[in-house]
Amino acid sequence: MRKYIFKRVVLAVPTIFGAISLVFFAMQLAPGDPASLFIPPDLPPADAEKLKRQINEKYGFDDPLPVQYGRYVTNLATLDLGDSLREGTRVSSDLKARLPHTLRLGIASLIVSTVFGITLGLISAIFRGTWIDNATMFVALLGVSIPSYWLAFSLILLLSIQVTWLPPSGLGDSPLSWDGVRHLIMPVLVLSLGTAGSLARYTRSAMLDVINRDYVRTARAKGVRERRVLLGHGFRNALVPIVTILGLNFGFVLSGAVIVETVFALPGIGRYLVDGVNGRDFPVVQAAVLVIATGFVFGNLLTDILIAYLDPRIRYE
Amino acid sequence: MKVHTSAPAAMPPALAGAEPSASLLARQSKNRGHLQRVIHEVVTNRLALIGTIILVTAFAVALLAPILATHDPREQSLLKRLAPPSPEYRLGTDELGRDEFSRLVWGARNSLFIGFAGTAGGLVLGTIVGLAAGFFGGWLDTLLMRFIDIMYAFPGILLAILIVAIVGPSITNLIIVLAIWGTPTLSRIVRSSVLILKSEEFVQAAVALGASRTRIMTRHLLPNCVGPIIVYSTIGLADALLTTAGLGFLGLGVQAPSPEWGTMLSVGRNYLREAPHLMVLPGLLILLTVISLNLIGDALRDALDPRTR
Repeated sequence: MRKYIFKRVVLAVPTIFGAISLVFFAMQLAPGDPASLFIPPDLPPADAEKLKRQINEKYGFDDPLPVQYGRYVTNLATLDLGDSLREGTRVSSDLKARLPHTLRLGIASLIVSTVFGITLGLISAIFRGTWIDNATMFVALLGVSIPSYWLAFSLILLLSIQVTWLPPSGLGDSPLSWDGVRHLIMPVLVLSLGTAGSLARYTRSAMLDVINRDYVRTARAKGVRERRVLLGHGFRNALVPIVTILGLNFGFVLSGAVIVETVFALPGIGRYLVDGVNGRDFPVVQAAVLVIATGFVFGNLLTDILIAYLDPRIRYE
Repeated sequence: MKVHTSAPAAMPPALAGAEPSASLLARQSKNRGHLQRVIHEVVTNRLALIGTIILVTAFAVALLAPILATHDPREQSLLKRLAPPSPEYRLGTDELGRDEFSRLVWGARNSLFIGFAGTAGGLVLGTIVGLAAGFFGGWLDTLLMRFIDIMYAFPGILLAILIVAIVGPSITNLIIVLAIWGTPTLSRIVRSSVLILKSEEFVQAAVALGASRTRIMTRHLLPNCVGPIIVYSTIGLADALLTTAGLGFLGLGVQAPSPEWGTMLSVGRNYLREAPHLMVLPGLLILLTVISLNLIGDALRDALDPRTR
């Protein structure tokens, strides 16, 4: 197992490196030159020219591409993500302040969506073909089809404007207080619904696939109790594909946070990215994208390790 | 004890079911009446029928927009802003006094066109990459798939945000972004189908008979990958619509004053109290279209691979 983990970690490094490089080379696609990404569009032309010279000097956009690339990688390796063009703050310290908010939202959503998704999927598979199955699958279909920001605004309209049960935005007093939790209810709900829906659909089909296998029939024939057949023989074997989807959901929660944090005015990484995009603040965009991508690669790494733990055959491949 | 081998590490959940299985591909290549059976099953599936009706309606509205719209979708009349529904304005007016009904109708055209064109682009790119990687194998496969892995490191809407933030929002750019965004998943699906098909006897036979590589790819492999490609593209189109609308919501989609559902929804949120329908209606239309595509995609997948039913 230790060897497998080591192998997976080593394999994740080129992916992260590749993602970093992709962001760098994507910047070269900017109309004009990369320096134009660093200039706010509303600046008077004279100031823009001056700023462009400063930026070219600071970031060396006049240097040959390999030199620029080398400097870019070195800066990232020392976690130097530059300064925000709008605020003038260090991007790395901004990220440090914002990361906890995204983590709190993301972890809460992952837990909620996993619990609901797997439960709904199991119920649906067990009551296959009945109205219970149809009803749960309809909810799951809604979950994967609903635009998250639309759901968010509809909830705000219902729960914050029609009746004032929940606050429409912000963080509340302190994250741990009841007020903080109240502020988190709608964002978590919105962020969980899509992932819960896909997890439920996937759990159902994984369970149905397993339930028809010979070893499940054998277990039933042996007189094993139905609950044990379903959970011990069925669910245990359906777990591998389910965990695979969990890893993906990690990424979907991260990217979903971009929209949810924007709607609910939560000061996390996703909101930071959107502010950066709207303000043409490219160091911010670049840093937020890299943090999310790196987080996702690590999430996938954890998933792979968990799968190998669940299914020993994978370790020996 | 039989345990699943895992699906490819990063495949969006919506597509997980679209992953081609050996049984699915084998059945396709062995059964001549297969296509008729699939069509029959999809047509007799009530949910798929509902989905098809919704989708056809949406496309009809998009095509007939010039006839259906009662006003010019860009014509402003500031004195009548945020008006409630009336005989003149069937669904009221928006924040600039434009006819909401006409904007929704024209918005269908923009939203569906962008989604469709982007998905089609991803389909072509993904099929070429997947076919090449799966068929040739070796270093080309490694190179292409490593690159696809890197693209997968940007989950969901992130890759689209990054590219639009760099190249700027326009309808052409949005289509290109959606095409790039759809490529990784489709290329993986096509590649895994090709890997299964490559060892089938009919492909071996074609190789033994001296068929050219192009012929094997286009005549033997590609037609047998069509099932998974169609299933994925249906679900991929649903995702593309959500992504377009999401980008519109973030201000990176179709730019004002062109009507597009995501952008309209995004503007509507500023008038939640005065005119909630500006936010509710475009969202409802996105939801209905996406549901219809998912229903059709589910039915197609079930018909092609009955194990998941």
